[in-house]
Formats: sequence, C-alpha cells, structure tokens
Amino acid sequence: MSLNIGTLISAFPGYLAQGIIWGIMALGLYISFRVLEFSDLTVDGSFAAGGAVTVMLILSGKPALLAVFAAVLVGILCGLCTGLLHTKFGIAPILSGILTQIALYSVNLHILGNKANQAVSVDKYSLLLSLRHPGPAIAAAGIFAAALIAVMYWFFGTELGSAIRATGSNPNMSKAQGINIDRMKVLALALSNGTVALAGGLMAQYQGFADVQMGRGAIVIGLAAIIIGEVFRRLIKITTPFDYAISLFFVIVGGIVYYVIMGIALWLRLPTNDLKLFTALIVAFALAIPQLHERRRLSRRKAGSGKGGAGQ
Amino acid sequence: MIELKNVTKVFHAGTANERRALDGVNLHLFPGDFVTVIGSNGAGKSTMLNAIAGVWPIDEGSIVLGGKEISHLPEHRRAPMLGRVFQDPMTGTAADMQILENLALAARRGKRRGLKWHYTPIEREDYRELLNMLGLGLEDRLTAKVGLLSGGQRQALTLLMATLVQPQLLLLDEHTAALDPKTAQKVLEITDRIVSENSLTTLMVTHNMNDAIRHGNRLIMMDSGRVIFDCSGEEKKKLTVEDLMEKFSSASGGSGGSLADDRALLS
Ligand SMILES: Nc1ncnc2c1ncn2[C@@H]1O[C@H](COP(=O)(O)OP(=O)(O)OP(=O)(O)O)[C@@H](O)[C@H]1O
Ligand SMILES: [Mg+2]
Repeated sequence: MSLNIGTLISAFPGYLAQGIIWGIMALGLYISFRVLEFSDLTVDGSFAAGGAVTVMLILSGKPALLAVFAAVLVGILCGLCTGLLHTKFGIAPILSGILTQIALYSVNLHILGNKANQAVSVDKYSLLLSLRHPGPAIAAAGIFAAALIAVMYWFFGTELGSAIRATGSNPNMSKAQGINIDRMKVLALALSNGTVALAGGLMAQYQGFADVQMGRGAIVIGLAAIIIGEVFRRLIKITTPFDYAISLFFVIVGGIVYYVIMGIALWLRLPTNDLKLFTALIVAFALAIPQLHERRRLSRRKAGSGKGGAGQ
Repeated sequence: MIELKNVTKVFHAGTANERRALDGVNLHLFPGDFVTVIGSNGAGKSTMLNAIAGVWPIDEGSIVLGGKEISHLPEHRRAPMLGRVFQDPMTGTAADMQILENLALAARRGKRRGLKWHYTPIEREDYRELLNMLGLGLEDRLTAKVGLLSGGQRQALTLLMATLVQPQLLLLDEHTAALDPKTAQKVLEITDRIVSENSLTTLMVTHNMNDAIRHGNRLIMMDSGRVIFDCSGEEKKKLTVEDLMEKFSSASGGSGGSLADDRALLS
C-alpha cells in the first residue's frame, strides 16, 4: 500500500478538466444562489438533462456543438419551469426547485430512451472533449469557461443584469424602482439552469456517457466551488474595474481546487463510500472560514484591550 | 393630483385577527401639496401609503393618481409615478450595490431596462453633482457599496433616488424615525429642499408633532383607519402641539393609552 506521487500527478490533468466543467456548473449556481439569492434545487435535474440531451443528439448524428446548444435551451426551460412555479403559483423557492428536479428525473429517463444511461464513444463520434485526451479537454473546457465569464460580466453590467442583481439584493427596493421582480427571477433562473445544462453537456462528453444520476450532489459541489473560490478571492486584495469578472473567475478556481482535493482524497485511498461525507466536511469547513476568521480577530482584539486595561 | 375615495383595507378578514386598517379613507391632494400625516401607532398611516404604492390590493374604494385609476395596478407598475422613502434605512437601497449603481437603477424607474450598460459616463458626473448638493461627502464615494453608509446617508440617498425621476407623488413613511435628532433634522432639511425645488406633491408620515407643524402646507391626522382631522394654510400655521394633543385625546375617546405613547414622543 505505497502512495505513489506519480499516479497523483498523472491524474492531475483529469482533475483540472473536471474541475473546470464543475466550475462552469458552479457559475450557473452563482446566478441563482449568489446573484438572485434563490436556493434553487433544480440543478441536479437540469445538469443531467443537459447531459442526456447532448448525448442523444450526438448519437443521432448531430454535431456536438449543436447538441450542447440544445442542452442550454433545455436547461433554460427547466429554469423557466421552476421560476414560474415560484412566481405564478407562489410555491416556495426550495419546493419549486425540488418539484422541477423530481419531474426531470422522469423526463431525463425519457430523453435517454428509457434507459438509466447512454454511452457516446469518442472513437465513433466527434466530441468537443473527452477524458481520453486530457490536454485538449482542458483547453476546450477552458474556452467555454472564459467565454461564459465574459458573457456574464457583460450581462450583469447591463441595465437588465443590474435589475436582476437589485432583485436579489433588495426585492422591496427593486419594486419601488419599478422593476418587475417576478420577471427578473424567472429570467435569472432560466439563465442559471441554461448554464448548468451546458456544464452537464460538457461533462457527458468528457466522461463518455450520460446518466440519469449524473447530477446527483451537483448543488453541493457547486456551492463548494463557489465558497472555496470566495475564500481564495479574499486572499487577493486587489480592486479593479473588473472585480466582478475576477470573482467569477474564482468560481472556476474553486471548482478546480475542489476537484484536486477530491483527487488527493482518492489518492490517499479514502474509501469511495466516504467521499460524500468528505465533500460535506470540505464545504462545511469552507463555509466556516469567515466565521472562524472573525472570531480569531475578535479574540485577538480582546486580548489587546485587556493588556491596555492593565497598563492604566 | 391624487384622490383616495372610500379606500378600505381589512387584514386577516374573517379570522379572529381581523383588522380594519383602513376604514373608508377619503383624501384629495392638490398639485404641490406637502401634507404631513400624524396619528398614533396602528392608526393606518403606513397602510394608507402602502395602499397607494400597491404593496397589496385594497378591498374597496378607488385611488386616482394624475387622472388615472391605479388601484388595480401591481406595485412595479405604479412605481414610475411614485417616489418612496421608508422608515428603515435598509429598505430603500440595495446594500451590496454601489451608490452609482443604486442611482442608475433609480434613474431608469419606469423606463425599459435593456442591454445597454447600466450607467453612462454623463450620468456619473450628474450624480457626483447631485450628491455634492447633499453635503454628506458622498460625491467622492460613487463606487462605494451602499451597505457601508450610515442610516442618515442612506436615507438622503434614497430621497435622491425617489426623486431622480420626477414622481407625481412622494411618499415618506417616517423616513427620519430611525435617525439621531441631528441627522433627522439634516434629512428633513434636504427633504424640504428637494420637495420645494421640484414642487413635489408629498405625503410625509411623522410621529414628531413639531416637525408635522413646521413642515408642509397641510396636516392630516389619522385614527382607526380614518382621516379625522385635516387642516391647511393659515389654520395649519397657527397649530400648536397642544392643539394636536387635544385632537388626539378626543379621538381616542379619553382612553389615553396611545395618547401617552405620543406624549412621550414629544420630548
Ligand atoms: N401587512 C399587514 N398584515 C396584517 N396587519 C397589518 C399589516 N399592515 C398593517 N397591519 C395592521 O393594520 C393596522 C394599521 O397599521 P399601520 O402600520 O398602518 O399603522 P401606522 O399608523 O403606520 O402605525 P405606526 O405609527 O406604528 O407606524 C395595525 O393594526 C397593523 O397591525
Ligand atoms: Mg407606520
């Protein structure tokens, strides 16, 4: 049972590629959880839907890029569904998401031709990326991530994007400023799930199959990426006009870091059964960091003032 | 300018908690009226302003603003005609957006929000000037997050945002109540200036009777969801706090409970 650092290093490109893809997924989550402050649980379903649509279209002979584009459209529909359940019928955010997610389980089975999974071989079809060629896979995922960051930076800087940000930040103020917050919520959820489905489409190609379960735990991984990214973001104390783009970039960084940590866990032969437990611990830890940091700062200040008091 | 006719709002209708918050309110404001609104806790002052703003639909009556019936419109559709400042300084601004972004959002009230950049360079300069006139040192902090501002600064900013697009009616609901006395006076001064410069029709709720007498050209008192006293012009100028206390006690039928609360607020 020796640990060979060589195996870890040779696996690294794979983790990098998967990290970027999950980072793209996390950028989708960022729109709902961070911008809109809406806990959207649709994503487990829309991620799998993106994968399923992509694989089935490629199997039917469509070009991979077109398949991914269709996946985005399907993701947008998933988001619309959750958004309308919430805004038109007043169903609570979490429940709206869960309803769509559950419905998508059946829908995804149908998309996959009533099978739990469908393989798409890189030998037979021309895919945008595959784990068989890690280098080009990293490049392809990186291009999608960079393009997405650019588009999100632009969009959330427009009047419309700004209205979505305001809706998330203060819905009452937004209504008082004439913003139709219901419309903004639906729009943001659609864009969020479109992005998640894009990541699903890329992941299915990377791993060479789509599985009805492939989105399981996506929310936790996405949140982990966002939060780890924020922890790293805080270490870099520069402010530029492109702050927002940098924050988005760090979501991708968070995805990569998460995957490398998981890779190290696997390399250390952590039982695969315990991986989910490990994930939860990482996320809990990353979430706790700001609190721990604050507490340390306070206790240090207390110690300092104590000394001052003794000196008087 | 605005006309409320028999406006009625019942909360929790048909339950043990039923509450007739507005009980057939009639009110007509002329263009340029600056009306201060007083009344004890629970009199229905905020409910009246919320009914105008469309926070929820009213049960009965009509609200006509600038010749247009608005009582069936959703809140965001009435917003272009209304400027609003709230009691809680947190309510009127988006804390994790910049001062500049908040102002730019307000400048687009009632306009189509499309795919143009969310502010223009010209706007930036305009806002700097407007903030300069507030005299709160905000002009050099355009890109600061609003969450970093004090309550008074936030209320002044909200006032600016409420009037950036000229509203047909300005609704101020105890917008100085959460501020210390000095800051409250400063924000009231700014209010007076903005209202008179733009000749805005205004409804201002306050618990401070001195302020209610000193500001505006007209004063109304509410009790149990009705307007029970309405005076303007010379008659208002002659009002004293004692007169108002008198009205309060006759309104509350000598029960005195809410009266004592309001007397405490006078000091
Ligand atoms: N959204 C609501 N749901 C239920 N009851 C409400 C609601 N808003 C107001 N009320 C009730 O309506 C009555 C009038 O309340 P309102 O807030 O208008 O009083 P107010 O005159 O503004 O008092 P204050 O001086 O305390 O602000 C109160 O009894 C209040 O409890
Ligand atoms: Mg009130």
